Amino acid sequence: MDILNLEGAEDTPKIILDKKNGIFEISGRSLPEDSAEFYRPVLEWIEAYQASPNATTEFVFKLEYFNTASSKLILDVLSALEDIKGIKVIWCFHEDDEDMEEAGEEFSELVEIPFEFKTY
Amino acid sequence: MNYIYDLHRTMMEQKLILVYEGDFTQETTKSILAMAERNLDSSAEESSTKRKVFNVMVEALQNIVKHSSEQGLKAGSLISKSAIFMISKTDSHYCVMTGNPIPKNHKGELIDTLNLLNSKDKDGLKEMYKEIIKNSQISDKGGAGLGFVDMARKSGEKLEFLFAEMNEEYDFFCLKVNVPRDKE
Repeated sequence: MDILNLEGAEDTPKIILDKKNGIFEISGRSLPEDSAEFYRPVLEWIEAYQASPNATTEFVFKLEYFNTASSKLILDVLSALEDIKGIKVIWCFHEDDEDMEEAGEEFSELVEIPFEFKTY
Repeated sequence: MNYIYDLHRTMMEQKLILVYEGDFTQETTKSILAMAERNLDSSAEESSTKRKVFNVMVEALQNIVKHSSEQGLKAGSLISKSAIFMISKTDSHYCVMTGNPIPKNHKGELIDTLNLLNSKDKDGLKEMYKEIIKNSQISDKGGAGLGFVDMARKSGEKLEFLFAEMNEEYDFFCLKVNVPRDKE
């Protein structure tokens, strides 16, 4: 399966989805002009991955900031992950960033996926 | 040319640290954010306050970008270019303020939305946010309908707003979002 590798920019996150090496990570800032368009390849990649996922998948979110249009798409990403066996979300937030911690808690209440919270 | 000094004085009196008037796009949004961030960094603001201000700025700016593109199509570039964005800083607050023309027939709906938000407490806003994110689709304008809710949550105070009469078709929608400064 091809690796999805998007370089981060000032308004878009860095994304690596690499089945072979077991790396699934979205990090940085997410405030693209068109969030649906930006996240489309991510959702397509996950859809393809669902067909033959690894035994376990640790999907890491390490976001510094995301806008509300991205939050809707992050929920779409999480919903797409929901059906994968052995899925776990690692939600990373800066130790003094209560808003990012709360955002993770809210997402965890909206989907049926185990969340692990980590500070950095 | 007295208006140069007048404008300068107004900015000082109102404690404005950044004013942008003109065309709003994703590119100008990024530039404004970068400038405001440098300002916040250089004043060694608490990181939680910085994040909240940044958050409110993004939603406020992207609101204008979305609506100005919508109205630019309808009314020509004169309307789309006539928005304003500013930030002030007092001892207790940062205030993110925007002004942009909206068609009069959208006013009622906007007032209802803002009054509803202002009637909610912290938990009420949280519930509203979760409800909208679960049930909404991204609109063709690229918004999820969450911008005002998020601004109200990050501010923790009531959203202040006012409509100034522009002409028969448009009112100028003024919004002020107050973000309290965390003190060590």
